[in-house]
Amino acid sequence: MTTITDNEPAEAPVGHGHDLPSDAQYVKITLILAFITVLEVGTYFIEEATTTLLVGILVPMMIVKFLIVAGYFMHLKYDNPIFRRVFLFGLFLSVVVFGVMLTTFGFFSSDFLQILR
Amino acid sequence: MTDTALGTPGAADHGHATSTGISNTKLAMWVYLGSDCLLFGSLISTYLLLRHRSVGGPTPEELFDIPFTSVSTFVLLMSSLTMVLAVSSLMRGDVRLNRIWLGTTAMLGAVFIGGQVYEFTTFYREGLGYTTNIFGSAFYTLTAFHGVHVSVGIVMLMSMLVMSFRGNLGPERSETVETIGLYWHFVDIVWIIIFTVVYLIP
Repeated sequence: MTTITDNEPAEAPVGHGHDLPSDAQYVKITLILAFITVLEVGTYFIEEATTTLLVGILVPMMIVKFLIVAGYFMHLKYDNPIFRRVFLFGLFLSVVVFGVMLTTFGFFSSDFLQILR
Repeated sequence: MTDTALGTPGAADHGHATSTGISNTKLAMWVYLGSDCLLFGSLISTYLLLRHRSVGGPTPEELFDIPFTSVSTFVLLMSSLTMVLAVSSLMRGDVRLNRIWLGTTAMLGAVFIGGQVYEFTTFYREGLGYTTNIFGSAFYTLTAFHGVHVSVGIVMLMSMLVMSFRGNLGPERSETVETIGLYWHFVDIVWIIIFTVVYLIP
């Protein structure tokens, strides 16, 4: 008799049997996200901040928020690694393709960066 | 026979009877979200190229109301919390609480869309139409595409609510809500990027 076990992939699902965060943990994660957002908004009130400084502060905070939402709220941390790979492939492709496009159009050239400063 | 453990509360992976052992629906949603990265990647990079190349018309610095947009950002962030609580409550079998969180998420999404409509109206009154300058075209296209995604999410949430009230959304279908939740959180992730890149970095 064929059973579900016969169809299981060679790589066992990581999320199987692992508990997801509790409601209280979700609230804590949201508070962390809210705190980072407050810090982000706070940079708006720094009058002497240059674009370079703001990019250096805001981009890492944006990446941290991105990873927290994807990892905990979207369960990528707990779910099957296939989902993570599929999503990261799209994300990686997007960063590479549009990174090349921005470079081609001179976005990272000194002339363009001069406009930003 | 092996127990498939469908709908097991608290388990992230349900052990599906597919050739990969994972849910096809969930995999399809992740493939879609991966492809959506390319859509928003194109819109964001186009905006970055064009925002400072306008010959005339209002500039981002003259228009943006950061305190107002920050409130909208908090609203969307809170909707991510209520969405994940909706998934969690249904996994536990609490259908009533699931309805409350689904309704709250849809309402918060509607508040965000209301804020976006208000922002667009204000910008238009201050002289930024879709064709006023190249910044306007890039800004409206990017943020409106995000708004459309939020609106589609609201429609899906309302559909879930209708299904729930008809008795078709029990704990055995928690993965359906989880899949809609993936879409909703992705919309939140995109806004995290837009808020930083478009609004906060001058």
